[in-house]
Amino acid sequence: MTAELMSLPEAIATLVHDGDTVALEGFTHLIPVLAGHEIIRQRRRDLTLVRMTPDIVYDQMIGAGCARKLIFSWGGNPGVGSLHRFRDAVQNGWPTPLAIEEHSHAGMANRYVAAASGLPFAILRGYSGTDLPAHTDTISMINCPFTGEELAAVRALDLDVAIVHAQQADRAGNVQLWGITGVQKEAVLAAHRSLVTVEEIVPELSPRPGAIVLPAWAVTAVATVPGGAHPSYAHDYSERDNSYYRDWDAISRDRDTFSQWLHAEILDEAA
Amino acid sequence: MNTDETMIVAAARALRDGAVCFVGIGQPSTAANLARRTHAPSLVLVYESGTLGAKPDRLPLSIGDGVLADTADLVIGVPEVFNYWLQAGRIDVGFLGAAQIDRFANINTTVIGPDYDNPKVRLPGAGGAPEIAASAREVIVVVRQSRRSFVERVDFITSVGHGRGPGDRQRLGLRGAGPTEVITDLGILKPHPETRELILTALHPGVTIEQARAATGWDLAVAPDLTVTEPPSSDELRLLRELIATQTDDTARRPA
Repeated sequence: MTAELMSLPEAIATLVHDGDTVALEGFTHLIPVLAGHEIIRQRRRDLTLVRMTPDIVYDQMIGAGCARKLIFSWGGNPGVGSLHRFRDAVQNGWPTPLAIEEHSHAGMANRYVAAASGLPFAILRGYSGTDLPAHTDTISMINCPFTGEELAAVRALDLDVAIVHAQQADRAGNVQLWGITGVQKEAVLAAHRSLVTVEEIVPELSPRPGAIVLPAWAVTAVATVPGGAHPSYAHDYSERDNSYYRDWDAISRDRDTFSQWLHAEILDEAA
Repeated sequence: MNTDETMIVAAARALRDGAVCFVGIGQPSTAANLARRTHAPSLVLVYESGTLGAKPDRLPLSIGDGVLADTADLVIGVPEVFNYWLQAGRIDVGFLGAAQIDRFANINTTVIGPDYDNPKVRLPGAGGAPEIAASAREVIVVVRQSRRSFVERVDFITSVGHGRGPGDRQRLGLRGAGPTEVITDLGILKPHPETRELILTALHPGVTIEQARAATGWDLAVAPDLTVTEPPSSDELRLLRELIATQTDDTARRPA
C-alpha cells in the first residue's frame, strides 16, 4: 500500500463519506482549511468532527450544516473571541443540532496517542475534581494496578479519516512537515484513512530540523493544495493571516452574513 | 495608564527570573512577555503548541504563531508537552485566565448557566487549563474583577483551584500547589493559608476596599496587612505599550 496522488475534490469524494468521524488537525499552524471547504462544497452531512482546537474552519463547517457532533478541547477564535456558528449550533441548534463531547487538551492528545498506538484507552493525571467527567462518557477514573493511585482513562479516538496539511511530499507520497507539528502524526496514525494536502511536490525530501516524516505507506492519499492552510500558515511558505481571523468575527456573528459568505466563497464558486 | 495596564504589570512582576512558565494566550502571554523584557530576561516561556523556551520579539496573537517556533529552544508535539513536561512536574508556574472564578479559585471556562446541556453562554472550553491547574508547581490567575466573573461558586469547574477548602487538592491527587495569586485590575487576591478562601491582599493605587468588595460575588475578606501595589513605572508602561504595538502592527502588514 502506498499513498495515492489525487486532486483535492477526488480525495474528499473518495475518503470522506456522510456519517464519518473525521479529524482535521493542525495546532494553529498547518490547518487543512481548504480540505474543510471542499467537504462543505461536496455537502457532506452528519459528520462527527474531531479537533483539539476547532477554530474558523470548523465554525464554517458547522455553520454549513456538515456536522452532527463535535469532539474537541478548546473551541474559539484564537486571540479574537468566540466561534459564533459553533455557539449558535450548541445554544440554538442552528442550522442543525450539534452534540458535543468535550475534553481537555491533555485528554484529547492522549486519545490520539492511544488510537495511534492501537490501544483502547490512554491514562493520564487529569480531570480529577473537574466537572468534565460527569458530562463526557469517554473519561473514566481508574486505579493503577501497581500502586492503586487513581488516574484518568480516556477512550481512544475511533477515526474514519484524518486530514492534515504539510509543506512537502515527494512523488512517491512520502510527506514532510515542520515547525509546530501539533498532533498531526498521531492523528494520521490513529485513522483508518488519511489525506495529506501539501504545499508542493518536490523531487526529493531534504531533512529539516524537528520535522516529522510520514512514510508513503502510512498515508492513504496526497493532494497538492498550495496555500491550503490559509488563513492558518505553512512555516517557510506563508504567514498567518491574522486579519482574516479578526474579520471572521463580524462575518460569523450573523446567520445572514454567514450564509452570504458561504455561498459567495464556497458553494457558488466553480469547482 | 489604564487598569488593564496596571493588572498586566502586576502579573509580570509576579514571575521570578529563570522560572519555567506555561503561558496561556491573551493577557497572561502579554504579562509573561513583559516580564522577559523587564526583570526576568531568563524566564522560560512554554506554550501549549509545543514551543519550549520561545523568545518572541513581538506579541503572538495565537499560541501557535510562527515566531514562537522560530525562537524556541525546542519544538515538540502536543502529546509530549502535556505528558513529559507538564504532567511530569517540569513547569514552575502556570499562568491562566478565567471567565469565572470562585471563592476557592476554581476556574470556569466552559459554560455560563446552571444547565450544561442548555447553557446561557457556551465558552471555548478547557484547553490546557485543567492539567496546568493540576500539575504546575503553582498557578497565577490573571482576570478582570467584576460580579460577573468573581462568583460564590462557578457554574462549572473546568480547572480546580482549592476545591471546597483545605485538603481538597491533596484528596484529589493534584500535585501542584494550585492558585497562589489572583491578579486583577483592582488588586491582588491570595488564598487564606488555613481556609484556602481568596482574600484581598493588595489594592492597586487609587482603588478602595469598597470597590473591590463591590466587584466580588462573595463576602470578600481583607488581609490584616493589606498593601498597595507599586504603580507601574514609566519603563514598564513604555515597554508594555511597545509590546502591544507589535501585535497591532501586524494588521498594517496585511496584504491588499
